[in-house]
Amino acid sequence: MANFYTDNADLKHHLHHPLMEKIVALRERNFTEAEKYDYAPTDYNDAMDNYERVLDIVGDICGNTIAGNAEAVDHQGASCSDGRAHYADATVENLDVCRKAGLMGMAMPRRFGGLNFPITPYIMAAEIVSRADTGFENLWGLQDCAETLYEFGNEEQRQKYIPRVCEGETMSMDLTEPDAGSDLQSVMLKATQKEDGTWVLNGVKRFITNGDSDIHLVLARSEEGTKDGRGLSMFIYDKRNGGVTVRRIENKMGIKGSPTCELVYKNAPAELCGNRRLGLIKYVMALMNGARLGIAAQSVGVSELAYREAHQYALERRQFGKAIIEFPAVSEMLATMKAKLDASRALLYECSRFVDMYKIYEDIARERSLTADERAEMKHYSRLADALTPLAKGLGSEYCNQNAYDCIQIHGGSGFMKDYACERLYRDARITSIYEGTTQLQVVAAIRYVTTGLYLDMMKSYAAEGFSGELEPLAERLAVLAGKYEAAVKKVSDANDQAYLDFNARRLVEMAGDIIMAYLLLVSAKTNESFVNTVKVYTRMIDAEVTRHCEFIDNCTTADLAAYGI
Amino acid sequence: MSLNIIVLAKQVPDTRNVGKDAMKEDGTINRAALPAIFNPEDLNALEQALRLKETHPGSTVTLLTMGLPRAAEIVREAMYRGADKGIVLTDRALGGADTLATSYSLAQAVKKHGNYDLILGGRQAIDGDTAQVGPQIAEKLGLPQVTYAEEIIDVADGKITVKRRLEHGVETVKAPLPCVVTVNGSAAECRPRNAKRVMKYKRAASASEANGLSDSAKAFLAAHPELNIAEWGAAYVEADPEQIGLAGSPTKVKAIENVVFTAKESRRLENNDSQIEELIQELIANHTIG
Repeated sequence: MANFYTDNADLKHHLHHPLMEKIVALRERNFTEAEKYDYAPTDYNDAMDNYERVLDIVGDICGNTIAGNAEAVDHQGASCSDGRAHYADATVENLDVCRKAGLMGMAMPRRFGGLNFPITPYIMAAEIVSRADTGFENLWGLQDCAETLYEFGNEEQRQKYIPRVCEGETMSMDLTEPDAGSDLQSVMLKATQKEDGTWVLNGVKRFITNGDSDIHLVLARSEEGTKDGRGLSMFIYDKRNGGVTVRRIENKMGIKGSPTCELVYKNAPAELCGNRRLGLIKYVMALMNGARLGIAAQSVGVSELAYREAHQYALERRQFGKAIIEFPAVSEMLATMKAKLDASRALLYECSRFVDMYKIYEDIARERSLTADERAEMKHYSRLADALTPLAKGLGSEYCNQNAYDCIQIHGGSGFMKDYACERLYRDARITSIYEGTTQLQVVAAIRYVTTGLYLDMMKSYAAEGFSGELEPLAERLAVLAGKYEAAVKKVSDANDQAYLDFNARRLVEMAGDIIMAYLLLVSAKTNESFVNTVKVYTRMIDAEVTRHCEFIDNCTTADLAAYGI
Repeated sequence: MSLNIIVLAKQVPDTRNVGKDAMKEDGTINRAALPAIFNPEDLNALEQALRLKETHPGSTVTLLTMGLPRAAEIVREAMYRGADKGIVLTDRALGGADTLATSYSLAQAVKKHGNYDLILGGRQAIDGDTAQVGPQIAEKLGLPQVTYAEEIIDVADGKITVKRRLEHGVETVKAPLPCVVTVNGSAAECRPRNAKRVMKYKRAASASEANGLSDSAKAFLAAHPELNIAEWGAAYVEADPEQIGLAGSPTKVKAIENVVFTAKESRRLENNDSQIEELIQELIANHTIG
């Protein structure tokens, strides 16, 4: 009986972070709900015990049902007929088991039928689901659209839709159109208000993950004659009302179980969610931030499976009279894979805790006004979360692709065949660095925290925690790297040239991410010896990376950009 | 119509994941080395009960298990999946029972419980593999029995319709209620633990478990009767001391032998009479059969 939660001690380590005590107390409003709900925790330990028990269920379902179905789902894929998308048979089974286990609406308040979990254990569940079946994580993980509906919908909409999500109805976010991909300001789908005040939607959406879902959040142009993001509003479309059909689904490279739909809206009735004109500039930005954290979790799940598959194969496969893991070329690859996995996971949960901190304060602010201290704390964590989200998504997805690549490499010729999971994993991994904003767009989101110095401040605050013993030289090395990073940022900023900054943005963002992840591993290693090895490997790896990027920037002036067509 | 369903279940050592230290020197099971689990086919039976509960609103599913006090663990496990309540039949006097004494004790507990429409259980437990307890209980209670059940198709008008999985096919039978149905491993897998139920019923405890709890936890249990797991002894179910435990068990283990299988490499035969004939001759010659 496999269990993808209990077989991975690192998850428990990240769940039991000191900041959780505050997160849980705030989320549970000092445990006042226990009187009203028989499944609400009575104190911190009780809440943590609940999270662990539920993650145990997730691990059980993933290990014993969803993972075993992944190959069949990949082979059968989703299909489209009669204007509807259809899941693969095993996907239907996966959804059914998740519903029965009550794993939908995990982060929703209890009054709507949710489990009221903080984001952190929910994101941990997403990571575990992704390890079992990357594409299924999309379907299951779209439950976090309910978060946006909760934040911006009115009470009537919350009461109408959120309980349905908690009961297991699925969601989608209908944003992309044929001419509006990364550039969502160009969205054309037309929202028209009728005389009675209700709205109808007309137009086409493309590349919509799980586009035949029960409840859609739709970005549409409500202000006729406008051309930019300020003319867009967010709507809720309820499949029960009809009006949207699936014209076709994409034939994709990976995540084949997740139908990617082209949708046709014909006078589809919809409800305005929140205020007009704030659809893109406020709501979709919030939606995307949540979704990016989800993709970061999905990426870590892929990295985990890639490492496990590669490690297992390297132990079993014998060549030249010994297991191939005994060859340094292979064991170095494995150690590096593990280091990238551990680093991206440490960043994922640091980020999710920061998201928890500010989101919970935002929610409390709906009930009462916050004190000045609370407001300051909310703002602090909100900035940190905004800074770490693009790193977790951007760098985590790149690492998972690298790990999927190395996983096949360790399998050799066998990895190129359809016989092993690594081939599917490689295809599934590829989308993570593209959707919900490409890595290049994550860099765009992150670069301001390079130039404002926030990342550098974070490095300094981690460094200030103090490290001794065998961690001390590593901390010293990281301080040197932080210095190099600071100098590179200064050089690029001093040039005062936007094109030069854009050109070097990825290098600077990667350096920041690398050093922050190394510090996070170092912090983990302080309390958990099992991270000592990984922080050694990772620090040595990023030492070379950071140095390489610095060399590049040192040897590159604004005049050199012409060679790149800039 | 609502139903009162009793599901019989056993906590067993997980013999499916047997390691090197699974057996003691004397050939008996080293229970300490094997995790205690919910007997798999009893989970299949529980699923059938929970489905009936869904189709027959107002029904009650009660788990009944005989074993050590720690068998309360599988009562909670059943509650996590949807059972309403549970009973642990536990008593030193019940120890060492064979299938005859076990079925007698359980039948007494069922009688004590009374008010039942249906008794479900797994076909057999993975520790003893006898498949005798369910049928014996039916006999002791004078109830009809349906074995090898794969699916309960319907319960209506005081009758149950069951699909049975037999060696060469399926058979659909009807029986009057109340009756005993033992469920095959080929039946639908049990649903998973439910998150909310786990968070609620993790506090469920039997009387002996409650003894070790803090005063506040005891008070909590007292205030929540639905979280109390009943614990019954031999006297409570009015069992005849001569018919329970070792005293009531005519099965005596004479000896246990450690057998090491010496399987050789597999051999592939063509699908024709002469090859099969050859094999039969060979098996007769080496006294494997005949």
